[in-house]
Amino acid sequence: MSEKTTINAPMPGVFYRRPDPEDPPFVEVGDSVDVGDPVGLVEVMKNFHEIEADHAGTVAAFLVENEDEITADQPLVELE
Amino acid sequence: MIEIEAGGVASTVQDDGRTGHYHIGVPPSGAMDSYAHALANHLVGNEESAATIEMTYQGITATFTEDAVIAVTGANMSPTIEGEPIGTWESVAVEAGDELDMGFATSGARAYLAVAGGLDVPEVMDSRSTYTLVGIGGHEGRGLEAGDELPVGATPTERPAVGATVPDEYVPEYADEETVRVVLGMNDHRLTAESRAELCSAEWTVTPEADRVGYRLDGPDVEFEERDQPFGAGTDPSNVVDLGYPVGSIQVPQKPIVLMQDAVTGGGYATVGTVISADRERLAQRQTHDSVYFEEVDVDTALDARETRAERLDAARAAVE
Repeated sequence: MSEKTTINAPMPGVFYRRPDPEDPPFVEVGDSVDVGDPVGLVEVMKNFHEIEADHAGTVAAFLVENEDEITADQPLVELE
Repeated sequence: MIEIEAGGVASTVQDDGRTGHYHIGVPPSGAMDSYAHALANHLVGNEESAATIEMTYQGITATFTEDAVIAVTGANMSPTIEGEPIGTWESVAVEAGDELDMGFATSGARAYLAVAGGLDVPEVMDSRSTYTLVGIGGHEGRGLEAGDELPVGATPTERPAVGATVPDEYVPEYADEETVRVVLGMNDHRLTAESRAELCSAEWTVTPEADRVGYRLDGPDVEFEERDQPFGAGTDPSNVVDLGYPVGSIQVPQKPIVLMQDAVTGGGYATVGTVISADRERLAQRQTHDSVYFEEVDVDTALDARETRAERLDAARAAVE
């Protein structure tokens, strides 16, 4: 199965790959994710919101860097 | 009754504000975009003072337990009823059991959901507006969450027909509204000449922290003239002896923060200008990372703009059909 999909941002803000600066990233390229697994955080209005995988797959690439400014609907993670 | 299934990022019940208590430190709260709030209410036959749901960046998912007439205005969040897209700035009939599902804001930051009859949450200090910092008003003083149930008031007998819309010419293009007008003062004299000029020429960007309390902006460093701080003022050059903050005032701890509907009412930071009332609702529709420019105007211009804005709202109401 090599069909590629993306997980898109549900809101604008700042993207983080780790739950906490001291913690390892939620997921790395090559990890498999299930629906509902967190893949990152978006910070907006002084709160952090978990970005969850909306379908299962293997993380093929991150399309944004840690701490990048993102807009709503921007593709963040590529799954295959 | 409206049953909330998903609350979005920051959705609160708001009306036209909790006025009359500013002197005891209670900010007005209320809809950040009072134009969109007023027209949502008008479309369903409500008074402007009726409570709506304000949704920021991402909308709610909710089910109506009874037949209702609703209107969604403000930022475009692609609302659907039972999976079918519905018009915005339009009066829409929904049936008992229908699910409203809103997406994320593609243009603007804040959308408003009005229901004929208004959201009948208890009044606190004469208002249904939510003030989350203190936890009063709205639904339990907080943002909406899955499982919340909101009562709806009695449907007004006189209201625009279902399908009535606000004509396009009265629907703001939020993406284009990057300039907001300011009246300088009270403390702009404390800025260096360079910073004073830069305030109204620089490109500012909305930071992710910007919310109902304040719109924090990023841009060039703002410098104050050095001085011996007077008795009662803090040690930082941006500190002054405590003063009242007008709603819309721009304080500069380091970078500018425009005080919005839920802001503290006074304190010890220099306020170098005030966003005029007519433009505050336009600033409230700027998204994080969007640009903002300040344009200096005098008080007469600000008052004219307030009048023009009121006339535009009246004309928009009159044009609804």
